Amino acid sequence: MKNQIDLQITVPNQTRYLGLIGRIGENMARELDSFPGDRETLGHHINVVLTEALVNAIKHANTGEPETEVRIRINVCDKELVIRVYDNGQGFDLDLVPGNICPDPLNEKGRGIYIIRSLMDSVVYKKANGGNVLEMKKALG
Amino acid sequence: MNLKTEPSGKVMVVTVREERLDAHNSDELKVEMNRLFESGTKDLLVDLKEVRFIDSSGLGSLVSGYKNASTHQGSIKLCGLQTQVKSMFELTRLHRVFDIYQTIDEALESY
Repeated sequence: MKNQIDLQITVPNQTRYLGLIGRIGENMARELDSFPGDRETLGHHINVVLTEALVNAIKHANTGEPETEVRIRINVCDKELVIRVYDNGQGFDLDLVPGNICPDPLNEKGRGIYIIRSLMDSVVYKKANGGNVLEMKKALG
Repeated sequence: MNLKTEPSGKVMVVTVREERLDAHNSDELKVEMNRLFESGTKDLLVDLKEVRFIDSSGLGSLVSGYKNASTHQGSIKLCGLQTQVKSMFELTRLHRVFDIYQTIDEALESY
């Protein structure tokens, strides 16, 4: 398939890797020659979504297990971008996070899932490979 | 995190000298803002001109500063937001909460 990229990265369960992963996703967007829209904006959105998903995995899904890893998989083809963030923790209930309502601006926390849902076309959290996966998709063409 | 804190008249200016303000470093900004308000600062200006990326944790740290300002009868303003950072404020409606200025000079003139 033209322009298909399949990238898999595993990093320790630590926030110090957020910048690395975010930059990789952002740089990838620059290679998408067939993307009809603004690649800079797409790259920024991928950076944001990866960061928010990783923070969720680190802080909520792998609580109390600092030596675990987080695995990220990014699939891109002409028509679709799919980002999957795998964790091995107890997981969290995505359904408890209300639809796509903007959280109260004066809340210090709780914006992550809202931001991901705003920037991606679909967001699903489900069991996978003995753990869980946050799967986020965006149509590109 | 690389922060520069210096007074400009009665206003304390905190310059975030990082490209990213995210879950890895935003607690340090939160702690610094809290320290300043606790030690008597009333007017705080956060200069974000070097920040090209902010996540929900970075936004949350600024909201924490906003609430701290309120608790101490002070104020917090922001300046130098790059385009992508500003888009995150608009997405989360925080552009209606904070006084945001394009440049530090404009922000300082507003006091």
